[in-house]
Order: sequence, then structure tokens, then C-alpha cells
Amino acid sequence: MSTSTLTPHAATPHTAHRSNRNPVVMLAGNPNAGKTSLFNALTGLRQKVANYPGVTVERVEGQWMLHASDNGDASGFDSSQSLSQSLMARVIDLPGLYSLDALSPDEQIARCCLAGEAAGVPAPDVIIAVVDATNLERNLYLVTQLLEYRKPIVVTLTMFDTATRRKLKIDTAQLAARLGVPVVPVIVSTQHGLDELRAAVRQELVAPSVVESFSWQMDDADKVTNATLNADDATWNAWQSSLEARYRWIEDVVADATDSTTESNHNGRGSTAHSEINNADDLTTRIDRWVTHKVFGLLIFVGLMLLVFQSIFAWASLPMDLIDNGFGALGAGIRAALPEGLFTDLLVDGIIAGVGGVLVFLPQICLLFLFIALLEDTGYMARAAFLMDRLMRGVGLHGKAFVPLLSSFACAIPGIMATRTIENPRDRIATIMIAPLMSCSARLPVYTLMIAAFFADRRVFGFLSLGALIILVMYALGIVAAIVVATLLKRTLLRAPTPPLVMELPPYRVPQLRVVAHTVMSRAWMFIRRAGTVILAISILLWGLVTFPRTAQLTGEQQSAVTQSVRETGLENGATAAVDVAGNDGAEANTQSQGAQLRGSFAGRFGQFIEPAIAPLGFDWRIGIGLISSFAAREVFVSTMSIVYNVGSDATEEDTSLISAFTDARRDDGSPAWTPLVAVSLMVFFVLACQCMSTVAIARRETNSWAWTLFMVAYMLVLAYAASFVTYQGGRLLGFA
Amino acid sequence: MCNNLLISDTSVDNAPTNAPHVRQSPTTQLCCLPFGVQARITGIDSRDAVARRLMEMGVLPGAMVRVIKAAPFGCPLEIEVRGYRLAMRRAEAAHVSVVAG
Repeated sequence: MSTSTLTPHAATPHTAHRSNRNPVVMLAGNPNAGKTSLFNALTGLRQKVANYPGVTVERVEGQWMLHASDNGDASGFDSSQSLSQSLMARVIDLPGLYSLDALSPDEQIARCCLAGEAAGVPAPDVIIAVVDATNLERNLYLVTQLLEYRKPIVVTLTMFDTATRRKLKIDTAQLAARLGVPVVPVIVSTQHGLDELRAAVRQELVAPSVVESFSWQMDDADKVTNATLNADDATWNAWQSSLEARYRWIEDVVADATDSTTESNHNGRGSTAHSEINNADDLTTRIDRWVTHKVFGLLIFVGLMLLVFQSIFAWASLPMDLIDNGFGALGAGIRAALPEGLFTDLLVDGIIAGVGGVLVFLPQICLLFLFIALLEDTGYMARAAFLMDRLMRGVGLHGKAFVPLLSSFACAIPGIMATRTIENPRDRIATIMIAPLMSCSARLPVYTLMIAAFFADRRVFGFLSLGALIILVMYALGIVAAIVVATLLKRTLLRAPTPPLVMELPPYRVPQLRVVAHTVMSRAWMFIRRAGTVILAISILLWGLVTFPRTAQLTGEQQSAVTQSVRETGLENGATAAVDVAGNDGAEANTQSQGAQLRGSFAGRFGQFIEPAIAPLGFDWRIGIGLISSFAAREVFVSTMSIVYNVGSDATEEDTSLISAFTDARRDDGSPAWTPLVAVSLMVFFVLACQCMSTVAIARRETNSWAWTLFMVAYMLVLAYAASFVTYQGGRLLGFA
Repeated sequence: MCNNLLISDTSVDNAPTNAPHVRQSPTTQLCCLPFGVQARITGIDSRDAVARRLMEMGVLPGAMVRVIKAAPFGCPLEIEVRGYRLAMRRAEAAHVSVVAG
């Protein structure tokens, strides 16, 4: 698995030239400790997101001006820099982690980074340990581990305002004295304490206060810290007692540094924790009384999901149309400005249509990630997983898999990206594998076309529209297939026990808009960059396949008309197909010659080549072309069909001329090319096949594995073929042909 | 795994201060602890990644815990320990021995 490939850097490359580079500061802390908020406050917009080499864990890095605004002194860290020059630190935001014992890929990465062993990541000069002031005991456990790196450390207490509000008095001086490192309280929302944090980090760069011995440490502690899980009794017991010793020390430190006089502290160990919570979590308790309630909790969850679903389906359509039309207009403008020719065709049909085809998904992705960021940052996401865990466990998945799968009904791309909340790589891959089976919005044009052509105005039981019923069945088919595939995968290739659920339910917090906006923007940018490169290449390739070889017998005039029609039909992206060509002269010749062009093109030849393979599904070679082109994006099928049947390229899914062309179409033997059974077979194929280059590109990126990506495409193709085969042949046996 | 899956949750919405305290109660498992009852952890009897993660998060012998509620379908449980809340399944909670009071 890709996540296990992170290897420590062979050499120790960071010892040389140390004084000539910017100091490196790493932020380490528990999940939900306010690390990301602090990171954003420190770096503002000077940050970039990338992946750690070889794994899908995100690496977030930014720049932090180490000079306080009112203070001109240089730290002296970098002797080669002039004193007046500002000292810019590189800040690396490590993944949130509970310990450094490398149980999860995140922790593995963080440990390598902190130890200076991660390839391509410089060793830290200062570690900022981010500690949630309202949850000292558990957060300080990580600090005890960080201290053992014997690197300069500054402990920063986040949520300090919340702690104050809860009348939790923390004596930071006492805490600093006990920990042996500086402790700086910060309130990120008001920027309070950031100058002090700067000063403390500068001070650590000049004169580190490294603790050398630890009172919790036992003789053989170093040996057992990284004990493997299947350790023998002695090792395990040693590890456990070392851990207990740390917590005993932490309890002592916390009791020492917090004002315990206001609390009844007579229960001995663990009592400080309880005195904290009993006056602290009132609001969270009250919210959770409803939000995780057996009945109302589920209702609230369903309501929220409906809201997300609705927004992705309905609210995104306006900006999507705008992007669509914008790229259409841009293409038309460029075509008007540039001379006719292959280069212009490539630019407009390949590149602009390709980029547009990617960007058209952007509103959906932004909206989805807006909701996900809000749900994450408020603390709701953990509750959603809490509510859904029992259901998801039935198919061997984690409760956290529910939201990505639901998102995939809108579009598998944001759904697959949303699987990042699942920590276990196997469960994450299993979720990615089944996400494209959820009927996404791009399948709707195909369903709609088929229903309009063959099942319009038909009713069952007198009142139920047959079309609505068919669409419902198609959605259900995808869900059933997903359940079956997930169950099979979790028993075979991704065999693993049902993932354990040990998940913090963090207190509810008001999300910081800046952080949310930043999350959405960085996700959006990542999507554009990643899917953009692959989609672009595929679009150009498909453009070539329908353009070449150019049909020889056409006149020059006809040829240009053909290429124009082909491009305007938008094989690259059906959504851009609505460019009006009605004003063109010779539209008749146009549609006829484009049919000839298509038949002669590589795509057309391939359609005829695969016809024997798809004939058992009820598809002729023209449908075959549609299938091939729809592997770029499903909705392309509609516009491809309109070229194939020569009805002009401005077809929409309810275009009557396309529908009548369907009913008139004949195979070579004179039988009708389309029957209702063929339409059902085609819809079944579209439910199950992975016909979406963007999904393939994203799956490749998110699994970081071509093997899994190809597996996904292959199993879905096999599934689609088998199901279509059964549908068509079974239907014929039942006499529906 | 604890058999007692259908613990009455009447105490869920009660104030924690009203939680019944059981005197001289024997060691039981965290999954069998009635909701709202404070208990002291006495041991964790598994050695897998879950046990390790729980211990790192402070679920250690000596610490006080309380089961707050169960999710809609009876699982997972919401646990309070060291001032924060943790969701875990009953199967995982079955490995944590506690003594109430």
C-alpha cells in the first residue's frame, strides 16, 4: 500500500548549510487542538499545500515573519543575513496526531518530519507544540514525547479564551517551569499572544532551552517507546508502565499549574479532568442532547444531508452554467479571431473545452467542501460518523465513509476527495472504490434521454410515472452494487477487520470563516491543478480520435464544416455542447458529412471494431461510439448520439428530433437499433461503468496508485458489462425484445 | 463482548450529579456500565492497536470514565475520560475493565 512507502531519508542532509537557510518551525499537536487556525494566523496567505512524497498525507507549509511588528532585533540565528533583513521562518503544519508511535500514516509522517528523517523535509529548528488549554492532560502526552526529541520547543496554549471563560485558571509560568520550555497562551481569533510566540521562537533559536532528562523516563524507556504491537509481555508491560508514568507526571503537572482551589480535588488521579469537564462542556452537552439523540439526531443528520445534496444539485447549477457558457463563448471568440486550421481546432476543442470540462465541476466541489469544512470545524462531522457507524459497519466500513459516499450522488470527484477524513488507508481505498457507483448528476442526462425516448408518459399503477420509477431503480442499483462490492472487497483484497472506532467527539466550536474559506480555496485549487493536467491530456486525445483521420473525399468547405460540428458537439464535454449552430449555412450537408467523418474517424472505426463485443448488450456500433466518448464524461453520450444520428449538434436530452432518430434508426439487418430493452440495458451500463476521466484522475491522485485506479475502472466495466448482458439477454428471453 | 446490549438509557439525559453510585461494585466492563455512572478504570485486557491508541489517549488504569450515551442503533458509545469525549464501539469498550464508584 502506498502509505507504507515513506522511508526515512538515508543520509542526514540537514546538518550542512544550516546557518544559510530560513529557520524551520514545525507545528505539532492533537487533532482539534487549533493547530490549523494557528497556522493560518501565523502564515496568512503565504502557504502552499502539497503531498508528502509517496503518500497522500497533505503537507502544508507557509512562511512566518518572525519579527514582531514593533521590534527590529534580529535573532542572530542566521549570521549571514543582514540585521535589517527580515527573518522569515518556514512553518510546516504537521498532521494532527495523538502520539508519535506511528500507528497511522499521519503519525508516521509527523514522526519522520520531526526527526528530520522525511525525504524532502528539512529538520525542525523549533517545534511549536500546540496544546488545547481546555484539555491539558491528553494534549500534554504528545508534549512529553516531543520533549524527548531534545529539540527547541515552544508550547503554545490555544483555546485560552475558552479556558478562561470556563474559569479554568492555568498558571503558564508554573507550567513552563514544570515542562522546562516556554509556554505561550494565544487567542488565535484576536491574534492575542502571537507576538509573544514570535519572541519565544526567536529566543529558542538563539538560546534553546532543551530539557535533558525527564522525570517520567525509566531506564529502558527509549527501547520500549516504539515497541511493536505484537510485542512480548515484557515489552508491552514496559511500554504500558512508561505510558502510565508519563500520565502520572502529567496529572501532577496539571494539578500544579491549574488553579485547583476552586475545584474539589480530592478524588486523586483523574479528578482534575473531571473538575474541568463538569463546568466546561455544558453547551456541547446541551447540543449533543439533540444532535446525537436516537431519533432527533438522525432527523437532524438527514436534514443536513438533504441540504448538502440539494445545494450540490440545485445551487451549483447556475455557476456551472456560467462557467460552461463562459468557456463556450471563449472558444467561439478564439475561433473567430484565429484562422481556420488544426491548431485552432486543437486550442478550442481540445484545450479550452478540456479545461472547461474540468472547471465546470468547480462550483460543486467548492460547495461540497464548504459544507465539509463547516461540518468539520464545528465538530459535527465526528457526530455524523458516530450516528452512522452502526450502519456502515454492516458493510465493513467506518462511520466516516458515509458522507463521502453521499456526496458521490452529486459527483464522485468531491466524494472521493472527501474520503480524506478516513484515516485507515484500506477503508479509504474501499470507500474510493465504491464511490463512483453512486449515481452522480452526470448520469442524469443519459437517464433523462432514455426515458424521454422510450418511457415517456407511461405510468404504473395508474399514478406512478414509469420514468421516475426507472430512475429510482437505477439509483438503487448503484447502492446495492456498492454494498456488494464493499462487502466483497473488505473480505478479499482489502481484507481487514472492521476498522476500530476510537474517535474523539470534540467540543462544538464556532468555525472561523477565514479557515473555512481557506480550506475551500485550497481544495478548489488542488482540484484544478490535479484533475486539470490529466483531463487536459485526455481531452486532447479524444479530440484527436474524432478528428483523425480526416475523411478524404470531403471538399475543403465541407471539411471545415465537419470539424466545426464535431467540435461544437463537444465530444470532450457534453455540457459544452449547447453551442448553437443553427445559423450555419449548409447545415444539412454538415450533419451528413460529420456522420461520414465520424464513421471514418478512429473513434468510429473503434466503435465498429468493438461492435461484436457490445452486440450481446443490445448496442450497435453507433452506441459504441457513444460509450467510448462517454468514458471522458458520461453526459458526452447525449451529444455524441446527436452527431451519430445526424440531427445537428445542439441536441438536448429531450430533443424530439434525436428521439425520433432513435426510433427510426435501423441496424444493418433492418431491425430497430433502439428498443426500450436496449435503453434499459444502456442505463444499467451507465449506472455501473466508470465512465468519467475526472473520476479516474482523482482516484489516481487520492489512492496514489495506478493499480487501484485501474482495478476500479476494470471491475466497474466488468460489472457494467455483466449487468447489461443479463438485462438485455434476460429481457429478450422474457420476450421484451 | 458484553451481552447486556439493551441497557436502559433513562439516565442519559439526567444530570451527571444524579448518577447512581454503586457501592462495592465488582469489576465490570466499560460496555456494561450504566449510562452516567462514574467508574475507575482497572485495566485494559487487549494488546492491539486499539488498546494502544486508547492508552495513549489517556484511557489508563486509574483514570475515571463515564458512559454518556449510545448512538441510535445502540453502538458506538460516547465515553467521557480526562475531560474529553470519545466514541468507541461496544466491542472495544468490552476490553476496558472498570469498577464503578
